[in-house]
Amino acid sequence: MTGTAFLNRKDLIGLLLLGLLIVVVLPLAFDIFRLNLIGKYLTYAFVALGLVLCWGDAGILSLGQGVFFGLGGYCMAMFLKLEASSPEATKIQSTPGIPDFMDWNQITALPLFWRPFHSLTFTLVAIIAVPVLVTFIIGLAMFKRRVGGVYFAIITQAIAAILTILIVGQQGFTGGINGITDLRTLKGWDIRTDHAKYVLYFINASLLLGSIVLCQYVRHTKLGRILVAMREREDRVRFSGYDVANFKIFVFCFAAALAAVGGAMFTLQVGFMSPSFVGIVPSVELVIYCAVGGRLSLLGAVYGTLLVNAAKTMFSEDFPQLWLFAMGALFIGVVLAFPDGLAGIYQSYVEPHVERLLALLPGRSGPGMAAAAPASRPE
Amino acid sequence: MLGYSFGELGSIFAMQAFAGLILFSVFVLMALGLAIIFGQMGVINMAHGEFMILGAYMTYLCSHLFSAYLPGLYSIYFFVAMIVAFIASGALGLLVEWGLIRHLYRRPLDTLLATWGLSLFLQQAYRSTFGAREVGVELPNWMMGSTNLSDTIQIPINGIFVMVLTLLITLAVYLLIYRSRWGCQVRAVVQNRTMAGAVGINTEKVDRYTFGIGCGIAGIAGSAFTMIGSTGPTAGQLYIVDTFLVVVFGGAQSLLGTIASAFTISQAQSTMEFFLSGSMAKVLALLAVVGILMLRPQGLFVLKVRR
Repeated sequence: MTGTAFLNRKDLIGLLLLGLLIVVVLPLAFDIFRLNLIGKYLTYAFVALGLVLCWGDAGILSLGQGVFFGLGGYCMAMFLKLEASSPEATKIQSTPGIPDFMDWNQITALPLFWRPFHSLTFTLVAIIAVPVLVTFIIGLAMFKRRVGGVYFAIITQAIAAILTILIVGQQGFTGGINGITDLRTLKGWDIRTDHAKYVLYFINASLLLGSIVLCQYVRHTKLGRILVAMREREDRVRFSGYDVANFKIFVFCFAAALAAVGGAMFTLQVGFMSPSFVGIVPSVELVIYCAVGGRLSLLGAVYGTLLVNAAKTMFSEDFPQLWLFAMGALFIGVVLAFPDGLAGIYQSYVEPHVERLLALLPGRSGPGMAAAAPASRPE
Repeated sequence: MLGYSFGELGSIFAMQAFAGLILFSVFVLMALGLAIIFGQMGVINMAHGEFMILGAYMTYLCSHLFSAYLPGLYSIYFFVAMIVAFIASGALGLLVEWGLIRHLYRRPLDTLLATWGLSLFLQQAYRSTFGAREVGVELPNWMMGSTNLSDTIQIPINGIFVMVLTLLITLAVYLLIYRSRWGCQVRAVVQNRTMAGAVGINTEKVDRYTFGIGCGIAGIAGSAFTMIGSTGPTAGQLYIVDTFLVVVFGGAQSLLGTIASAFTISQAQSTMEFFLSGSMAKVLALLAVVGILMLRPQGLFVLKVRR
């Protein structure tokens, strides 16, 4: 920990390499269809980043991150859907000016909670505020009463189940199982064109890189150290005079906010939002992205997300039968053999060589972002 | 509620309460295995639903085998099927404990992820073996139909059978855990592993068989489940959250708590289903459980242990 330089030389190189990959190499190597897919994967990486802080550092495993991804995505989708259902565009409906699925469900007026989403400013605030409010309430209720670990995981999972059932059940208000589809423009700007997809991809990529820097900053501050300390010895942190619950609530809200940004970018790039990204199964998948990449490594989480999704796409295109086998084996393998994921493998096998190369250059290098040192190791 | 006479309304409530009782039996059967594995051992087994489905598929296989080779004994195939389901799920449980769980006792959150992986694996295995379509079993004649308690109240026989079965299995589990020597060892290991080992209990063996028996009971639950609904490769996943909530809500280490919470949740859900849509009833029931758990994280019944 040296002063304000929270990005040391190695972190910077790692970040630049990742930036080079997602901003330059991938857009040059793939056509817009594939790039759009990659953009979709990168929105999951936001969630994985949040999980690195929440689960990796602070030791709080949330199995409900899909909820916050979904809430962010749904907020965005509600705005876009309202714009797509202007009275002119929907004049064939029995009630023009409301989203099509509401019309199909015999709803004749826009529900109250939809109305503020006419405003883009409100929507952008809501994307962060709604999930953070939800997490704050959950966090307050649970962490103040010292519910943690396994119980917390199960309750967050139950919340994911509740939200999915609610969305699917309240078809008239939420679009049901199909979700909110047929989104067209953002303030008059058509998001379905190839050009728009490129622009959105780059916005997404820069937001992601910004989030990595933000996360690294949080990890570098005293707050980040307390999070790790909480994971290792919660009572000692408490006895030292810190209110453990507040820190837990903070990191849980922070992770939810990141997930929500990812969700909103998902909606923009993919053009719809549905409950299949909210429920239990997608929520656990989000955790596995983080676990494969390495739960202690921000960059690892991004690479893990990209790799697992690339593998998923490849497998399900060519051998749909094998995908679940591969995924199951991946879960078990990562947990049993590589608890620190890709970053752990990198740390033990690749990094020594890189270190030797770096030593040839002038300047010292400290512990890296791609390989955050475990808390037990003194720095 | 206009348009119903009092008598009809009474019958509807009676039948609704009975539907709740059947749901309660299924919840108890599912939760019993989990109460042993999660409540007693502290292992989060996300693949519990898949062990249940294994039992259901075993029942399906048995019904086919009996109708093809032993049609004379078809009326009692169900009892054989339950034993087969217990053995199959239990054996798989022993294998899983040996290969996976025993390496992860100190890392409960990792157990959760690994068993989730196992559940994906098993789901695909079922899909490859039995097909993606849902399968149902044919009930022997004596289990079909319903008895009429009065002119307007009808009670299905398979429902009664499931309830009796639940009662017997609950009793067996109670005897096993609180009255047998083995149960005494299990509880000793749970409360203090080191001391239990020091007084000569083979804790590894106790762990393995506890897990195996928990899975075996899940198999029986799956077998009973075939009488009420059809079985698909992903059916287990639908119930896992409910089951965990039942166990957590009841207080993880208390068998009585598990039963009480299964009763509360199932009755609340089935009563609300009469007034609201099914999905809203489920949402409200789950929300209530989560809300109560936030107020009382230790669950309904707490085992007093010095820690």
